[in-house]
Amino acid sequence: MNVPDIKKYLRSEVMPTPFCKGCGHGILMHAVLIAIDELGMEFDNMLFVSGIGCAAWIPSPHFAADTLHTTHGRPIPFATGAKMFNPELDVVVISGDGDLVSIGGNHLIHAARRNIDITVIMANNKVYGMTGGQLASTTPHACITSTTPEGNPEREFDTCRLALGCGAGCVARYSVAEPVKLRRAIRNALRYKGFSYVEALTICPTQFGRMNKMPTPFQMIEQLREVCVPGTREQVMAGDVPEGKVYVGEFS
Amino acid sequence: MNAKRDETKQEKRMMAGNAACVEGALAAGCNFYGGYPITPSSEIMNLMARRLPATGGVFAQMEDEIASIAAVIGAAWAGAKAMTATSGPGLALMLENIGYARATETPCVVVDVQRCGPSTGQATRPAQGDVMQVRFGASGDCEAIALAPWSVQEMYEMTVRAFNLAERYRTPVFLVTDELVSHLHELVDLSAETAVLKRPETRGLPPFGDSATNAPTPMPRFGTGERLLVTGSSHDEWGYRKTTDPTVQRKLVERITSRIAGDRNEIAEVEEINTEDAEIVLVSFGFSARSAYAAMRPAREAGMKVGLARLKALWPFPREAIRRLGDGADRLIVVEMNLGMVRREVERVASCAVSGVHKNTGEPISPREILRVIS
Repeated sequence: MNVPDIKKYLRSEVMPTPFCKGCGHGILMHAVLIAIDELGMEFDNMLFVSGIGCAAWIPSPHFAADTLHTTHGRPIPFATGAKMFNPELDVVVISGDGDLVSIGGNHLIHAARRNIDITVIMANNKVYGMTGGQLASTTPHACITSTTPEGNPEREFDTCRLALGCGAGCVARYSVAEPVKLRRAIRNALRYKGFSYVEALTICPTQFGRMNKMPTPFQMIEQLREVCVPGTREQVMAGDVPEGKVYVGEFS
Repeated sequence: MNAKRDETKQEKRMMAGNAACVEGALAAGCNFYGGYPITPSSEIMNLMARRLPATGGVFAQMEDEIASIAAVIGAAWAGAKAMTATSGPGLALMLENIGYARATETPCVVVDVQRCGPSTGQATRPAQGDVMQVRFGASGDCEAIALAPWSVQEMYEMTVRAFNLAERYRTPVFLVTDELVSHLHELVDLSAETAVLKRPETRGLPPFGDSATNAPTPMPRFGTGERLLVTGSSHDEWGYRKTTDPTVQRKLVERITSRIAGDRNEIAEVEEINTEDAEIVLVSFGFSARSAYAAMRPAREAGMKVGLARLKALWPFPREAIRRLGDGADRLIVVEMNLGMVRREVERVASCAVSGVHKNTGEPISPREILRVIS
């Protein structure tokens, strides 16, 4: 099998990455770069925009392209300004769930509604990793976090349902436990003309797994395999997800 | 206005301050506007929505002020001369990203049409209460540039200057106006000489300044193969994030502050009227300076030696000029529509007595109120 050499897309001088042992972001980073390579995209014409948090460090400083590492929650409007002014740029936002959905949720829904031609890749580890494992708007009900020691009393966002509800024309969700499907979804999102959104379910053994009886990356990957079930756009939109499961697939 | 059109003066037009700001922006090469409506700045946005696309520029109405300034900064890095306009409450939302623009040396222009605060306050009423917000609102050490027009003509000329200063110092520049100057209608000469700084195309230079001289390097742009690393985290001159290195942090702050503070006297112009023999100098800016000007004439006629120092820029603060004026006068009286923001700065540098005429009721200061304090 011909494995693409992705080293050319990386700044070797900043390696190794700062990610914790067992972090899922490396799998996502790899999936993004392979997808770009498969599409033959010109890396020098790509702009990667990220916010604040662990996932925001996937492109910045690792990608040897233009990178804009912005303020917390705001990568989408930064990306919008760059894309609107220079539509020739291929603009990709890579950031986390806290960044894009919690503090930055307003920008996500408006970018989807506006159908701005950017790709948003949201790394969902279901927790605020960098600041010490606090509750996120993507933390599943009853999970233990630093700020919900008795378990999360709230519901979590289904961010794909949210994006679809806002009119996004290209929406997908896969986990890092299925990297080939994740890569395919990213490829299709990068190719899509208009607003595209990929939710990458990833793992944070350090801040989430340890508190929720999954201290090892292996256990977390196993859990992702268990909870992810194929779903359709209609099923996601209807929100009739079976208890404890999450729909994955390309929903549009 | 004369009903008969004078073709020789066709460039001289009656217009509002906010409209003159738009004309100034276009004259300066503005080609991106990102904004969110807020009284009393909205006319700038409404006009930009029509004028920018017609001149090949890009107009973006964003979902809030945070997104507006974010889009402005994103566009600037994509090569735009970009601006936004807002008022006090909107500016409060923009400040985090304005701090980001400072740290990343991003040229852009932010127009703040001041209204009466605090909070929502009086949306349609004038005030000058954002003086400190533009200076200190964002986190961390910085130097701000803030210009303060007092006429519609200056709304035009200072907008051009704001763009040029933004390019020259690679920093966000404020045009701090107020509801009255922005909504005032006056004749404007749009043919006034306006030199415009062009952004040079360079390759291979460190994107974040020359650490030896602290001078800015030309603003690069995305999509040119420069592989730019732009971050609001502490970074070296190539953009590499180094968030625990004291030397990198010191150099970054020195870079973005010293270049502005060092040119303080050049940036912070002060217009002096009748100050040569003045025993009392009125210190004012924006619309309040018109009240002070109006009070000066009857005071002079009554035999009082009164002058006016009009601050054409609030930041960097023109401390040398104020110190000199204080040394020559008996009293400086600061006239401003707030409870003493510029007065505090004047008190810090002036050797003579300093008092003020302050008002924050949403009404302009009348010349009579100033005369009462003078006499």
